[in-house]
Amino acid sequence: MSITDSDLERDLTHQDAAVLARAIAEGEVSSREVTQAHLDRIAEVDERVHAFLYVDSDAALAAADAVDAKRAGGVALSPLAGVPLALKDVLTMKGVPTTCGSRVLEGWRPPYDSTVVQRLRAADIVILGKTNMDEFAMGSSTEHSAYGPTHNPWDLERIPGGSGGGSAASLAAFEAPLAIGTDTGGSIRQPAAVTGTVGVKPTYGGVSRFGLVALASSLDQAGPCARTVLDTALLHSVIAGHDPHDSTSIDAPVPDVVAAARKGDVRGLRIGLVKELRGDGYQAGVQQRFDEAVAILTGLGAEVVEVSCPHFDYALGAYYLILPSEASSNLAKFDGMRYGLRVGDDGNNSVEQVMALTREAGFGAEVKRRIMIGTYALSSGYYDAYYGQAQKVRTLITRDFNAAFEKVDVLISPTAPTTAFKIGDKVDDPIAMYLNDIATIPVNLAGNAAMSLPIGLAPEDGLPVGLQIMAPPMADDRLYLVGSALEAALVDKWGHLLIEEVQDL
Amino acid sequence: MSAHSTAHETMDYADVMAQFEPVIGLETHVELGTNSKMFCSCPTAFGADPNTQVCPVCLGLPGSMPVVNRMAIESTIRMGLALNCSIAPWCRFARKNYFYPDMPKDYQISQYDEPLCFNGWLDVTVDTDDGPKQFRVEIERVHMEEDTGKLTHAGGATGRIHGADYSLVDYNRAGIPLIEIVTKPIVGTGDLAPQVAKAYVTELRNLMRALGVSDVRMEEGSLRCDVNVSLNRPGADWGTRSETKNVNSLRSVERAVHSEIERQGAVLTSGGRVVQETRHFHEDTGRSTSGRSKEQAEDYRYFPEPDLVPVAASIEWIDRLRLTLPEMPSAKRARLQAEWGISEHELSTIVNAGALDLVEQTIADGVEPAAARKWWTGELTRIANDREIELVDLPVTPGQIKRVEALVADGSLNDKLARQVFDGIVNGEGDVDAVVAGRGLAIVSDDSALLAAIDQALAEQPDVADKIRGGKVQAAGAIVGAVMKTTRGQADAAKVRALLLERLGVSE
Repeated sequence: MSITDSDLERDLTHQDAAVLARAIAEGEVSSREVTQAHLDRIAEVDERVHAFLYVDSDAALAAADAVDAKRAGGVALSPLAGVPLALKDVLTMKGVPTTCGSRVLEGWRPPYDSTVVQRLRAADIVILGKTNMDEFAMGSSTEHSAYGPTHNPWDLERIPGGSGGGSAASLAAFEAPLAIGTDTGGSIRQPAAVTGTVGVKPTYGGVSRFGLVALASSLDQAGPCARTVLDTALLHSVIAGHDPHDSTSIDAPVPDVVAAARKGDVRGLRIGLVKELRGDGYQAGVQQRFDEAVAILTGLGAEVVEVSCPHFDYALGAYYLILPSEASSNLAKFDGMRYGLRVGDDGNNSVEQVMALTREAGFGAEVKRRIMIGTYALSSGYYDAYYGQAQKVRTLITRDFNAAFEKVDVLISPTAPTTAFKIGDKVDDPIAMYLNDIATIPVNLAGNAAMSLPIGLAPEDGLPVGLQIMAPPMADDRLYLVGSALEAALVDKWGHLLIEEVQDL
Repeated sequence: MSAHSTAHETMDYADVMAQFEPVIGLETHVELGTNSKMFCSCPTAFGADPNTQVCPVCLGLPGSMPVVNRMAIESTIRMGLALNCSIAPWCRFARKNYFYPDMPKDYQISQYDEPLCFNGWLDVTVDTDDGPKQFRVEIERVHMEEDTGKLTHAGGATGRIHGADYSLVDYNRAGIPLIEIVTKPIVGTGDLAPQVAKAYVTELRNLMRALGVSDVRMEEGSLRCDVNVSLNRPGADWGTRSETKNVNSLRSVERAVHSEIERQGAVLTSGGRVVQETRHFHEDTGRSTSGRSKEQAEDYRYFPEPDLVPVAASIEWIDRLRLTLPEMPSAKRARLQAEWGISEHELSTIVNAGALDLVEQTIADGVEPAAARKWWTGELTRIANDREIELVDLPVTPGQIKRVEALVADGSLNDKLARQVFDGIVNGEGDVDAVVAGRGLAIVSDDSALLAAIDQALAEQPDVADKIRGGKVQAAGAIVGAVMKTTRGQADAAKVRALLLERLGVSE
C-alpha cells in the first residue's frame, strides 16, 4: 500500500477493511490516521448523506490511539484492530445516545454495552458513531427516522434502503469500511442491495441480541456489513458466537466464515433458484442482472436448479402479523416513566395520561400503525385467527426451506424486487413499502442465514442490484463460499468492485 | 358500579350455610428464596435501599434480555413434585401485557397455557368438633413468574394511585422469582370452607419451608393469596365467583373466605346477583371492597415470550430433583405422632400452634418430649399470641429450652420462674442465664435465708405456729405460703415445708 499526502484521505477511506487492518498491523499507517481520515470524510460528505445520527470523534480517536499504543508495545493485534466501524443506532453503547431513530428515546444514554459492542471493543475495532435508521427498524427506506432520511450515495434523491440505510450508506459513501446492521425482515440485505454493498443476516441466534433494542424478538438478528465479502466475513467472525446473556443465542461453534470467504468456490455446489422469488413484481433490470449472475455461477461449476417454496407467497402476510404482535409488546416499555421522552407531567395528568401523551408525541406514524396492528392481532378472540395462523405459516415456510435444502446447498434470489426508489415515492403507501422485503422476509421467519451482494447496475436506471444467497441454519459459511466466488468473478469481469462506480460526493 | 358490589350488608354465617354451599379456589403467590432474581443476577435480599438491587435486565432497559434462573426452575419443579403434580416435558414462558409504572417492561414474564407443573393435590387437615377431618385440595397448576416493583403513593386519601400527589417506585422487587400455585375449585367443604382455605395455605407454607424453596416471610409480603369464592344452592350450578386479591396472612385467608360468604349470602338472599369482580381485602376491618369488574377487565394479550427458550425438563433432571425432596410434612406428622406416642388431638394442638418442627428440634437437642411439647404449645404459644407473631418467629431456641429444663431439674428454677425467663428472652434481656441473673430469678436454696424467713413468718403468725406444734401439720401451708411470698416465689415450697417442720420438731 502506498500513500501520498495529496490523496491520503481517499486512499484510506477507499480501502478494504482487511487491507487497512494489515497496514495498521504492519505499521504502514496508524489507526489514528485511518480513523481521522474517516472522520474527515464524514465531516465532508455526511451533511448530504446523513448516514450518522451521532459521531463521537474523541472516543473514536482515543480508541484508535489505544490500538496504536498496543501495536507499539508489541501486543499482537486482532484481524480488524484499528479499523473504523459505523454502528446502527439500535445497539446500546455505554454512555452514547441510542435513539433507534425515535423521538421517544431522545436523550437516553444507555448505562451498558450491547454484547456486539463488547465484542467490537474486544477486537479493537474503532466505533465512529451511530447510524440512522427507520424508527425502531420499521421501514425499508430510512424515511421513517424521526431525525430525517438518509440519502443513497449513488443518487442523493433516492433512498438507501431500510431500516439500516444509515449503515449501508456509510459504506457506500466511504465514511466507514465496516458497519453493523440488524435484520428483522431484510434491514441489512435490502439496504446492501440498493447501495451496492455486502450485508449478511446471520443464522438466528448466531449473534447475540443482548443490547439490541428489540423490534420483533423472534426475527431480529444483528449482522455484518462491508464493501467486500471477505471484510463482511472478518466482521462476522468478530461478533458471532454464544452469549450467556441471550438464551436464544446458539451454543455451538461459529461456522468458519473467514475460511469460506478466502476459499470462494462453487464447484459441485447445488444452487436452487426460488421459483416464488422472481417474475412478476421484479424490475426488469433486476431480473436481467440476476439471470446473468446465475449464468456466472453455472460457469464457475455450480449446478443450478429451480426449486419451489410454495408457502413463501404467504410470508409477507404472516410477517406483518408476527412482527407487529411482538413489536406491540416490545415497545410498551417506552412509556415516559423511566427514560427518554416524558410528555404531560405537569401535575394535572394521571400516570396513564402521561404514558399516552408520551407515546402519542414520541412515536411516528409507522410505529403507531404497527403497534395497533399487533395489539389487535394478540387480542383475546383474535389471537388464533391472526397470531396463531401466522405462526402456522411460519412453520410451513420453515418446512419449505428444509425440503429445499435437502435438494440444494444454498438458495438464491434477487435481494429486492427493485433498485432504490425516490425519497417520498412510497412513504405514504405502506403496502408498497412492505413489498420491498418480499424476498428477504422468508429467511427471518425460518431463522436461516442470508447474504446480499452486488451483482451490477440495472440498465434502466444505473442503480445497484443485489443477489441474495440463503443457507440453512448454522451454515453461514456457505454464504461466503458462494458470495466470494461470485464477487471474484464479477471483479474479474469489471476490473474493480461495483462500489468503485459510485459517484464522487 | 352496581349497588350489589358496594353493599355492606352481611348475613350471619350459619344462616348462609343453612341455605348455600360454597366453592372456593386459591391462587397463592410466593417469592422463591433464590439468591438472585428470576432473569438476572441481581440480589433478592429484603430491605435494601430503594432501587439499589437493579440492573438493565430487571429495569427492563431497552436492549436488555432475560435469562432464566436455573435455581428458580428447580424450586418450582420440586414444589410441583411435592404437590404430586405432573411436570411438563416442554413449556414456554409467556408475556402478560399491561401498562403500569411498577412494571419495568410494561409486560410481566409469566406462564400462561403451558405451566411447568400441573394436576396435583395436597391433603390438609382441619379440626372439627368431631375431631380432625382431612380434605384433598386438587392443584390445577404451579408456574413461575417475575414479581413487579413496589409502588408507594404519597398524598391523597386512599393510599392508592388515583388521587395520590405523587408515587414512588422501588424496582428492587422487580424480577424476584414468584411461584404461583392455583387450586382447582374446592367443593364439599361446607361450613369449613374458611378453615380449609387457611389449612391449605398453612400446609403450602409448611411444604415450601420443608423444601427450602422459600422461607415464606409473610410479614415481608412474600406470600400473597387471591381468594375465589362463590355460593350455590344445594344441587344447583355453581354461582358467580368473586376474587379477593392480596390476602396476605393465614388469618386473613380464613377471614376473607368467611366474610365473602357472609357478603354473598346477603346479596343472594336479598334477590341480588353476585358480580364477577376483583375485590380488595382490608386487614383492619376484615372486609373487602369492590375493585374492577369483569367488564372492565384487561386483555393481557398473552403470547409466548420470544426472548426465552422453552424450558425442557428431562426425565433425568426431574428424577434427580425428586431425590432431593425431604420428608413431606404430612408424613412427618404421622411419624412424630407415632414416635411421641401422642393422640391425634395432641398432635393437632402442636401442629396448630406451628410448633411441630420446633418441638422436634427441641427433643433432638435432648429435652424430654413432654417438656418440649409443654413449653412450645403452652407458655411460648401464649407469648407469641400476645405479640401477634408466629411461634417460629419468637427469638427462643431449642437450646434455651434445654437450659431452662436443666435449671428446673437441678432445682434452680421452678415453672413459674421459668416462664419469667422466657418472658425475659423475648424482651431481649439476653440468654437464659443472663435473664436469671438480671431478674434475680434463682430459687432461694440458702437454708439460713429460708430459716430466717420461716422464723419471721412464725413470729407473725404465732397462733398458726402453735397449731402446728400441736400436731396440726396441715396448718403448715399458711407459713409456707408466707415464706414463698417473702421470697417472691423463688423458693422450693417442698423444701420450705421440710425446714419448717424440722424447726418446730414436728413430723408428718
